[in-house]
Amino acid sequence: MRKLTAAPYLVWMAVFIVVPLIVVAYFAFFDGGHFTLDYVASVSQYSNIFIRSIWLAAIATVICLIIAYPIAMILSDMDTSFQGTMLMIVMLPMWMNFLLRTYAWMTILGNNGILNQIFGFFGLGPFKLLNTQGAVVLGMVYNYLPYMILPIYSVMMKIDKSVLEAAQDLGCSRIHVIFRVVLPLSLPGVMSGITMVFVPAISTFIISRMLGGGGNLLIGDLIEMQFLGNSYNPNLGAAISLVLMVIILLIMTIMNQFDTDDDKVLM
Amino acid sequence: MKKSPILSKIYLLLVMLFLYVPIFVLIVFSFNTTKSHSTMSGFTLDWYVKLFQNELILTSLLNTIIIAVASSIAATILGTAAAVGIHAMKKVPKSIVMNITNIPIINPEIVTGVSLMLLFVFFAARMNFEFGFGTLIIAHITFNVPYVILNIMPKFRQMNPHLYEAALDLGCSPARAFFRVVLPEIMPGVISGLMMSFTFSLDDFIISYFTNGSNAQTLPITIYSMTRRKVSPEINALSTIIFIIVVIVLVSKNIAERKSALKKEVKL
Amino acid sequence: MKKNNNIISLKNICVSFDGERILKDINLDIRDKEFVTLLGPSGCGKTTTLRIIGGFLTPDEGIVEFEGRDIKNVPPHKRNVNTVFQRYALFPHLNVFDNIAFGLKIKKLPEREINRKVKEMLELVDLSGFEKRSINRLSGGQQQRVAIARALVNEPKILLLDEPLGALDLKLRKEMQIELKRIQQSLEITFIYVTHDQEEALTMSDTVVVMNHGNIQQIGSPVDIYNEPKNAFVADFIGESNILDGMMLRDRLVMISGKKFECVDGGFGENASVDVVIRPEDIQIIPPDEEHICGVVKSVTFKGVHYEMLIEAYDFDWLVQSTKAATIDDTVGLSFGPDDIHIMHKMKD
Repeated sequence: MRKLTAAPYLVWMAVFIVVPLIVVAYFAFFDGGHFTLDYVASVSQYSNIFIRSIWLAAIATVICLIIAYPIAMILSDMDTSFQGTMLMIVMLPMWMNFLLRTYAWMTILGNNGILNQIFGFFGLGPFKLLNTQGAVVLGMVYNYLPYMILPIYSVMMKIDKSVLEAAQDLGCSRIHVIFRVVLPLSLPGVMSGITMVFVPAISTFIISRMLGGGGNLLIGDLIEMQFLGNSYNPNLGAAISLVLMVIILLIMTIMNQFDTDDDKVLM
Repeated sequence: MKKSPILSKIYLLLVMLFLYVPIFVLIVFSFNTTKSHSTMSGFTLDWYVKLFQNELILTSLLNTIIIAVASSIAATILGTAAAVGIHAMKKVPKSIVMNITNIPIINPEIVTGVSLMLLFVFFAARMNFEFGFGTLIIAHITFNVPYVILNIMPKFRQMNPHLYEAALDLGCSPARAFFRVVLPEIMPGVISGLMMSFTFSLDDFIISYFTNGSNAQTLPITIYSMTRRKVSPEINALSTIIFIIVVIVLVSKNIAERKSALKKEVKL
Repeated sequence: MKKNNNIISLKNICVSFDGERILKDINLDIRDKEFVTLLGPSGCGKTTTLRIIGGFLTPDEGIVEFEGRDIKNVPPHKRNVNTVFQRYALFPHLNVFDNIAFGLKIKKLPEREINRKVKEMLELVDLSGFEKRSINRLSGGQQQRVAIARALVNEPKILLLDEPLGALDLKLRKEMQIELKRIQQSLEITFIYVTHDQEEALTMSDTVVVMNHGNIQQIGSPVDIYNEPKNAFVADFIGESNILDGMMLRDRLVMISGKKFECVDGGFGENASVDVVIRPEDIQIIPPDEEHICGVVKSVTFKGVHYEMLIEAYDFDWLVQSTKAATIDDTVGLSFGPDDIHIMHKMKD
């Protein structure tokens, strides 16, 4: 029976994927064996942090999309012999540990950092660049941009070139071809790019801590603080994690409404 | 389609600058005599020397490699066996299993980390064990297995379903048929699953952060605690070394792929 | 010269890719309302020629004239030409109606007009009622019809078809051949059709252009091309042929396999080396004698309408088609009349 070979994994999956999530739910709803809604209810105290997280992650996602879409288009348009190398060059920074990449921006944006030094040369500044919301968004864009480029690029690669020629043949100018054919056909790639950027961006605690200073807490920081930080409270942490998952699930469901038919096409 | 090469080249160049300038700034200041990150005062290799004398970094590097090797091999074996079984499943159980398999991929890493931490806390209190290598390896296997499975499943779909039957027909036992016929067919997926697991494991910070113990810190965790303690050019030196390794690995991989592509062309 | 009614004129067209010459000095006039087929083996340059007319490729040298005007620098979307692509290239994100309406919407026609025209087209290609159907839920033949309708609804002066029936099975292909011819005649527009299938070319075309290695080998009506192939390549490509080395002794007398035969061709000079083409269906099998070429029957295959036989004579395997079967290993004579012998210049590659 070949099905039996999956048994070890099924056990592993149950113990280390399903059970931990149940434990999270348990901690969120039970305290010392008693059912309580207190923790879930108290999450609303932090609504400003939730709103800030969603807002900053959304801005970063949109910026990533705007930067990544033309890049994906340019890459997929290149000679195939050149494409592999170019793609490697674009993706290479992603292979650096993201703590180091974020640390790089920390040193660049600091009060004595290289950017303020350049501004100073022109008699400007110093500006407060580090520990701002802008720095957090920048860090998100820098770290997650490749996650947007890759899925859009791979969907564009699969678009039949003769379909684009057919559009031109039927009277489309180049701009028309992009808006009427390329854009709708690449929508599935855009959708997965958005989730691949938005999910880590909304739940990060490194970027906000390193580039946002103490004043720009995000959901991730809040969760981390309940488990490993000063305000140890695993029940509250579990409740916040649960709410975060629900938010992400909601947003992904909304996103899936946009491309009901298209993913079938690209199978 | 006609292209406007100049405009797109400029755009590509700007994005490349955005991606690479921070890394080059890091590299340049790893050779700086002072701790400043804005003015070069002189050239030195002191920070590299200090880096190699830093015991904490060296032990955590060793830990990282041990954990990455152990967890990626375990995840590959577990995942390959799982993929074989899942492929043979009926539609409904298959889609249930695949949906659960997707959870660690879709879920924010912090939630996966926290949920495993809570699980370990729960058991640690009852079974008297400590956070350390064990919990880290379990956590890494857990987030790696889904990638192994997702790398192998498409290979099964591409495979001619009669291949396995043909092997049986020619006298192979089921086990022999698997190792002689099926495994070579899915091997590219197995290999890429292994490589992916290994790199994710090397690189992981968030999940390790929640599941490590004081006796088993990984390199990313050490890096994190270094960045907390103010700017230190040792990190720059470390970044430079990592960057060089990444470049060497990726470039040689690229060259190898090109060579095999060329060979294929010649055969045609 | 009288005013010509050429809709497309290609003059001295040359194209190279990566140093390889794909088209070598192509000259081709295509008359209005004609069904023209570009026929040749793969790599002969027929699709390249079509892409030049469609505007997807700019030739390195030469002039492309549309109704007497040079259109070399007119982009595809401004040409009054539409294409039915290989494998159709339908828009996967649009349904049948929106695929066909695509070109009209780009031109911003009023919606009523679009609806009317699409409806007409669907009737023409026999797909009424399929408006809302997703492209992925159509059979190959139906997709083909949508591709034709999508191009024709824009009322092009010329329809370009790039091996449009290649992906269909034999029976459907035959039906679509008749269908396409009917559509072309009822709309009275020019069709330029690319195929490697000689039978398809002969069935549908008014004019066949045979191409090989980037050169035009012969232009003519299907009957001319079949009966009077200009060279051994055309003879071999159109139908099956026996191509032999021969010697033109003088006008109207040729020597094949050491025997002299009367023929109808001349003008090759005396004692000139030539290719001799004889169609397998033009050969009769007779009892062996001194006058005719004689050989041994090597194989006999039943083909339904006729038998196909290979007869070896003087180190050449003759292909002969006849309704009567010969017996294997028998020695037989091969008989053909002067009309059946086609003489052509030796092929230069």
